[in-house]
Amino acid sequence: MVVFVLRRVGIILLTALTLSFIVFALTNLPSSLGKLAKAEGSVRMSDEEVQRWLDENGFGGSTVWRYGEWLGLAPGWTHTDEAGVTRGRCIEAVKTSQTPDAEVATYCGILQGYWGFSTVFKQPVSEVMARSLGATGWLMFWVMAVMVPTSLVLGVLAGMREGSRTDRVLSGVAIVTTATPEYVSGVVLIAVLASATAGVSPVLAEWGWISGKTLFPGTATSAMDDITFMNFFLPVMTIALYGIGYIARMTRASMTEVMTQQYIRTARLKGVSFRQVVMKHALRNALIAPFTVIMLQFPWLLNGVVISETLFNYKGFGWTLVQAAGNNDINTLLGCTVVAVFVVLVTQLISDIGYVFLNPRIRLA
Amino acid sequence: MDTLTWGQIITRILWQLLPVWGALVVTFGLSIAFKRRLGLYGRIFDSTVGMIGFALVMFWVFTAFFADLIITHDPYSQVSGMKNILPGSPVKNVKDGVYQWYLLGGDHLARDVFSRAIMGAREVLIIAPFATVVAFMVGITLGLPAGYLGGKLDVGLSFGSNLVLAFPVILLFYLLVTPSVQESAIPTTFAAILFLFPIVFMTLLLNARYFTNKTQRNLYVGIVLVVGLWAYSGLAFNADPLGVWSMSPNILNVFVSVVFVNSPGVFRIVRGMVMDIKTRDYVAAGQTRGEGIWYIMLWEILPNARGPLIVDFCLRIGYTTILLGTLGFFGLGVAPDSPDWGSTINYGRRLLAIAPHPAVVPALALMSLVLGLNLLADGLREESLKD
Repeated sequence: MVVFVLRRVGIILLTALTLSFIVFALTNLPSSLGKLAKAEGSVRMSDEEVQRWLDENGFGGSTVWRYGEWLGLAPGWTHTDEAGVTRGRCIEAVKTSQTPDAEVATYCGILQGYWGFSTVFKQPVSEVMARSLGATGWLMFWVMAVMVPTSLVLGVLAGMREGSRTDRVLSGVAIVTTATPEYVSGVVLIAVLASATAGVSPVLAEWGWISGKTLFPGTATSAMDDITFMNFFLPVMTIALYGIGYIARMTRASMTEVMTQQYIRTARLKGVSFRQVVMKHALRNALIAPFTVIMLQFPWLLNGVVISETLFNYKGFGWTLVQAAGNNDINTLLGCTVVAVFVVLVTQLISDIGYVFLNPRIRLA
Repeated sequence: MDTLTWGQIITRILWQLLPVWGALVVTFGLSIAFKRRLGLYGRIFDSTVGMIGFALVMFWVFTAFFADLIITHDPYSQVSGMKNILPGSPVKNVKDGVYQWYLLGGDHLARDVFSRAIMGAREVLIIAPFATVVAFMVGITLGLPAGYLGGKLDVGLSFGSNLVLAFPVILLFYLLVTPSVQESAIPTTFAAILFLFPIVFMTLLLNARYFTNKTQRNLYVGIVLVVGLWAYSGLAFNADPLGVWSMSPNILNVFVSVVFVNSPGVFRIVRGMVMDIKTRDYVAAGQTRGEGIWYIMLWEILPNARGPLIVDFCLRIGYTTILLGTLGFFGLGVAPDSPDWGSTINYGRRLLAIAPHPAVVPALALMSLVLGLNLLADGLREESLKD
């Protein structure tokens, strides 16, 4: 077990390393660097001036070398201009750190805890990430809190009696929601619940049931300071809807399989009530498969988070990622990649380990 | 001129879609009449779910096909005074020979929402199925040897595919489908590698089957190589001497990224199934007869894995449709005035509070196509499990 976990951790580190290098290489393409130079310097720079700006600001060396700087394996760049002022990666790192008299180190990268400086947000990346991950954490928490219980209950109810009317109705609902990507469900939810001209809001306003123009607000910006049911319901539902259908279908499949097992029939023939059979005999075995599915939903949730945060203008991880990618903010993008890849791989690891604990028949070598 | 009521709008839309209804009736009539002779395709018509799914999918296929007959206005032309106008509004300053109403209203640039949604079907249905086919050929060509031979090859390929799968899709799109990447050699390199797989796959497939009969083999493989390399030169490098095959840099970029995201998933499924099937007796029999490994992989193992692969193919077209919508939603890799559903949703979402129809119409269209594909996959799964 320990060997298995250690091997997996090794693979995770290798994957994160490879992927961060790919992102580094793709964001450091010559044309993007040229654009960056013109954005930071001046728009009318000639090619030589662009090249000089790049050399003076630490974009001069080879991609591999600069990746080493970012990691903290290669010494950070320094440049002394004509006036004798020395600037450099590690000097900036000291400037942005909170301790006033920290020593200027030669190495400053991820390994030393320095994530770089964001060109879009004009803030150290670590601060940007901490703020946005905090915001997204709440979003994820409420998505999980809505999605997991709902989907499990729906799945168990549908799978309890295969082919019954409940089953067919719930399976129909589940298949419709799995065909609804977040940008569709978000748009439909806003149109129905948060539009002043369509859906239910005009009717409710006419009847005097709601004070404002719309039932729900169309943005979740206010949720950054204070999360309420009103401003968080739509973004959470937008993400949760797709997952509910998917997990419910998996739970249903697992439940129907368990319900055809011999021990369920035996229990029924012994005269145990249907309720007891479902609650005591079937449920626990039926919930093993959905556990894995829920853990493996995380990568997809990440997608949902990006779309929902863009749609509702909620400044979390997904919003930050879109801003960073749209403006080629290299350091922030790399930070986002590392975080996203770790979330995906760690949830995979947890699902594998959890599976062993839930299902005693599985042994890891 | 009066504004149309909802009843009139719906009647008129159904009327505009007349060619589609005709084609659907013919397809269903012929298919149901001959369903016993049509194999797995015929068995779709034994399951209600499968039939509903097939009808939805074919509805959009025929809509894309007859789009020119269905649309009421030019999807790109702007008519003054029709900005964000409500469904069923009459067109102002109407000219002769132009349809007099905007059936589903106007969008933020005063274009007809109905015509754009219909044309959008064409955009999606041209890219999604072909991208999925290429992704399948890549996944199969790599997954078969990885599962069958195992060893270092398997370790390497699996690590590579897990790498792509661990990457958040949206971040990947933002990195791969940008103007600066389009200017670089990356999309062409990707295309050069990915488009090689269909040719390799077909060559291996035919060579393994007909290598005993040299004349037949040379004929088939020759045809594949000539047509394949001709298309390859045009699609990947835009250097087709006759100018028949070509792809705009935008579309190529989108196409390549979608294939790249999809193929690791196919690879995983194929590899898993091969590892299961290769322990069967008929594979051992083939090995004892001294068959080549590509014959065993392509003609003994692959046909026996077709059930799950067909089901996954349907689901994956749906997934690709969602991915294309995601790209459009973030405004990546599409022309600004493109009528594709994703970018129409993107432009419409900014005005949702006052005029929801420009975003809701393509949103529902996209949803119904994906729903159709999911239902079709469900029906096929049910029917193929009956064996």
